[in-house]
Amino acid sequence: MTDNPQSGSLLKARNLSMAFGGLVVFRNISLDITKHQIVALIGPNGAGKTTLVRLALGLLPPTAGTIQRAPGLRVGYMPQRLSLPESMPLSVRRFLALAHPDSASLLENARQVGVSHLLDRPMQGLSGGETQRVLLTRALLGDPDLLVLDEPVQGIDVNGQAELYRLIVRLRDERGCAVMMVSHDLHLVMAATDEVLCINQHVCCSGHPDAVSQHPAYLDLFGAADAKTLAVYKHHHDHQHDMHGNVMRGDGMREHG
Amino acid sequence: MDDFLLRALAAGLGLSVISGPLGVFVVWQRMAYFGDTLAHSALLGIALGLLLDVNLQLSVLLLALFIAAALLVLQQHSALASDTLLGILAHGSLAIGLVAISFRDDVRVDLLAYLFGDILAVSSDDVLWIWAGALLSLVVLLSIWRPLLNLSVHAELAAVDGVRVARVKLTFMLLVALVIAVAIKLVGVLLITALLIIPAATAQRVSRGPEQMAMIATLIGATAVILGLSASLLFDTPAGPSIVTAALALFLLGQLRRSHGLR
Repeated sequence: MTDNPQSGSLLKARNLSMAFGGLVVFRNISLDITKHQIVALIGPNGAGKTTLVRLALGLLPPTAGTIQRAPGLRVGYMPQRLSLPESMPLSVRRFLALAHPDSASLLENARQVGVSHLLDRPMQGLSGGETQRVLLTRALLGDPDLLVLDEPVQGIDVNGQAELYRLIVRLRDERGCAVMMVSHDLHLVMAATDEVLCINQHVCCSGHPDAVSQHPAYLDLFGAADAKTLAVYKHHHDHQHDMHGNVMRGDGMREHG
Repeated sequence: MDDFLLRALAAGLGLSVISGPLGVFVVWQRMAYFGDTLAHSALLGIALGLLLDVNLQLSVLLLALFIAAALLVLQQHSALASDTLLGILAHGSLAIGLVAISFRDDVRVDLLAYLFGDILAVSSDDVLWIWAGALLSLVVLLSIWRPLLNLSVHAELAAVDGVRVARVKLTFMLLVALVIAVAIKLVGVLLITALLIIPAATAQRVSRGPEQMAMIATLIGATAVILGLSASLLFDTPAGPSIVTAALALFLLGQLRRSHGLR
């Protein structure tokens, strides 16, 4: 692993701002990732999390600010979605081999992430959770110093989410790689995180997950969002009950007050 | 068999050597409409070639490259969706091409031959050029195969893994332009895209891997050429459209086979 002798710093971003055609995505975000560290980016939809990930990966240049990566840094990336062409016949094995042809490392990584049994299945036939695990395996193949995971648990049920986060922590412990991951929910990543950056077009608050979860800026952002989600949920019935408990549909349907 | 038929057969088979592997990428990257736009613009290339009195295939190729570049620039600087831009470029250049050709009334221009091809009229030199172009394109395609496949799976993943996305993509677009310039003589402006996508779409149903799909697409393309030319000889039908009809028939057969297997 390439090492910065002073700090073990893998990635150092300073005062990043990003705008697309005058539309500001975020401004003035600084971010440090050091060896072994798990950093979580949380924030509501449209907060700029995925854009920040793309800057960190070097896929986009920032509008302003600087990003320093440790020389020779190896990055494993797990994108939010895999929109594979439906028309491409591709087995899981071939998908993984496309990234790195070394078959011994492929089998070993597939075993560790628990996708060995999927290797001969077509990519398009995988469930959401299976796809996420295959993507994680692919990210691990290059023996990365830094894993970048964009919403790694989406499409996975709650039990599976906790299991996948445990796996990510275990991979960090065993391999010593740092992890930068995006989530929209602090509670999910809390146990698996050293440092949380709560962003909504700027850094609202940052620090240890316990501290962040008590921070007024966090409560402001997510307390309000939670309340809104609940309110929306309450209004989401597709039918109502009349006074006798029978389901009313069609013309009898009304919005809750 | 007559010589002109042998030449037509050789030309058609030469084209399917490259149209199969290239076609599968056109299908995977959903670039059928892009291919169509380049093909439509080829008529403008022919018109300009005739007006300026330069080699037609060269002017078709240059114009196709210009249209591809124009598309890239427009995509970056326009709020319009890609398919709208493609529609504007395709039909705009086709219309200008037809208008421009009408200025050359001193030379008899066989418009139908450009629109639908005239594979039965290819010369021995044409056959040589087609094979040379097809083999050269195939070598270039094979040299970017892995990065292009990675790119077709997921462009950002490929970029993070060090694939030079812009360069590979540009090379691919260049190959499509080159093959269209070569193929225009055989099946014409309006039917070229069919030869790229129909064999690839047919191969998809029976293939287990990307390379297998490319090879099967080539075999299906070659079969369509043989069947189409035979039909053209037997029933005296136009050769280019007969080849595409044969490809379509193979595609439909493939569909039947699958739905039968499901029962």
